Amino acid sequence: MTTVIGPDETSATPAVNPRGIGRGGDAHPGTTRGRGPRESLFSRTGAMLVMAVFTLYFLVPIWWLLVASTKDRGQLFSTNPLWFADFQLFENIGALFDYRNGVYLRWILNSLLYAGLGAVVATILAAMCGYALAKYRFPGRETIFNIVLGGVLVPATALALPLFLLFSRVQLTDTFWAVFLPSVVSPFGVYLSRVFAEASVPDELLEASRLDGAGEVRTFFTVSIRLMFPALITVFLFQFVTIWNNFFLPLIMLRSEELFPVTYGLYAWNSTINQFPELRTYVLVGSLLSIIPLIITFLLLQRYWRTGLGTGALK
Amino acid sequence: MTAPITSPAGARTAARDGGSRRAGSRRRRVQHPGAIVAFVAPFAVLFTVFYLVPIGVAVWQSLLVVEREGTFGEAREVFGGLQQYVLVFQNEAFWTSVGRVLLFGVVQVPVMLGLALLFALLLDSPLVRGKKFFRLAFFAPYAVPGVIAAIMWGFLYSPNLSPFEALTSRVDLLSADFVLWAIANVVTWVFVGYNMLIIYSTLLAIPQEVYEAARIDGAGQARIAWSIKIPLVRPALVLTAVLSIIGTLQLLAEPQTFRSFSSAVTSTYTPNMTIYATSAVPNVSLAAAFSVVLALATFVLSFAFLRFTRRKGAEA
Repeated sequence: MTTVIGPDETSATPAVNPRGIGRGGDAHPGTTRGRGPRESLFSRTGAMLVMAVFTLYFLVPIWWLLVASTKDRGQLFSTNPLWFADFQLFENIGALFDYRNGVYLRWILNSLLYAGLGAVVATILAAMCGYALAKYRFPGRETIFNIVLGGVLVPATALALPLFLLFSRVQLTDTFWAVFLPSVVSPFGVYLSRVFAEASVPDELLEASRLDGAGEVRTFFTVSIRLMFPALITVFLFQFVTIWNNFFLPLIMLRSEELFPVTYGLYAWNSTINQFPELRTYVLVGSLLSIIPLIITFLLLQRYWRTGLGTGALK
Repeated sequence: MTAPITSPAGARTAARDGGSRRAGSRRRRVQHPGAIVAFVAPFAVLFTVFYLVPIGVAVWQSLLVVEREGTFGEAREVFGGLQQYVLVFQNEAFWTSVGRVLLFGVVQVPVMLGLALLFALLLDSPLVRGKKFFRLAFFAPYAVPGVIAAIMWGFLYSPNLSPFEALTSRVDLLSADFVLWAIANVVTWVFVGYNMLIIYSTLLAIPQEVYEAARIDGAGQARIAWSIKIPLVRPALVLTAVLSIIGTLQLLAEPQTFRSFSSAVTSTYTPNMTIYATSAVPNVSLAAAFSVVLALATFVLSFAFLRFTRRKGAEA
């Protein structure tokens, strides 16, 4: 029950994966032959076929978006949707960045502030709280943890209207803070930080640090936070995605175009596409540009995802 | 390997046990009180202001009604008890939207989790080569936010833009009959890889020795998957199911985006869209009451599901 999957264990490639030993010769076709006909050519082909078909299902839409972004408006309708015509991607990007004084770049910047800065602050706050819950004994500790766990189950969308009611009472709707401030609270981050602080920060180390005369807060920022670092990247990722994907909050809070995050901006353009057909190209190119950095970051940091998911599922 | 604790709710009970065991020593003087306050207070304050207070405000707002003196008199909010809740239960559009997402969930959640389980098992079996590639390819859509995914698929469904013209010219996927399932496909596309990864992480944590006996007895991969792996990943399946149920009831971004592609998606298509439309009227008190009812429904459904699966688990 106390098993914590460290990032290295779950992300290991088959070569260093401890299970690789148990599995032995499976990787080598020569040895499977001795095991009998169960893992036959038939089931291997079947399995690969299933995987191949679904690879198309998952990747073709993204491929289509990439191809569509390289076309001008006429070609979008007249040429093969899954293959390139005249390569206009950079002209399209230029036009998108120029459109309405570069409002798209403004949205990207907003998204980076809401999601990037918001997730950084959320991670630090969650790390401190989770660490204190793991490493100190004080009355009310379990109560706080239980309330936070209740918060984990509250989806972001369920809070949007309540937050709107709160912010409208202090007349702060349609401001940067209306979207930013609620984003810096991550109960799931506290939960993960506590689990990881318990597993990765030894009490002996803290005692040694105390004997050296370092203060508690200093010890946290110089020693403990480094030991918790892989977990904190996971917390950051989860919060980043939660904020980036949060649609209800900007929808209900924001009226001024210059405050929109990019997803909401593209939604707003897409809703007026029937009146302004020239927006179609901008929506497509804008969508592509907004997801490419995300996909790359996701894939590079994939092992941290599995750390978090594994902990969530196993604890 | 792991105790059948499946969820934060489970962890909570465990934490509580730990707490009571220590109750005796609680009277001891707390060490480093300053540091504890410095670590806990920032989160605790913000959590209170942006989680607990808004919930309180919403509950309070749902108890208010607007009163006017005459037809053109000044509007003011007065305490109205449960009047808004009476309106909620009489509101046909809201309950239609609840029924719609339930239907959506009954079909989409099992399909999505079934696929996620299948892919996780295939990735964990020796049948598939290029595991890393497939893992990345299947997970990639999760990086696409719901709004963008809905925009992409909205274009893919449109008869004049779609690469699948043979299909879209014959069947109008955006018509009232199909659009709910068109949206279900978008949600499935985004989340299968994410759920697959949760289940796959659990499978990776199972030590190989567990399968040894079965292998010696000559069990094939399918048999091992069915009799050993699936029971062992049950906790992960329950977790993903609960998360999916919550997500389904809260459906908003995809259908809201689909409104520009399909006139069949009304402004009250899902409960959250009803809440948004009502708050935009503006009728914030009724919107708050909808919110409270939806939140309670979400909690009841996820807890009922946890209960149900736990009892089944005990029988098995």
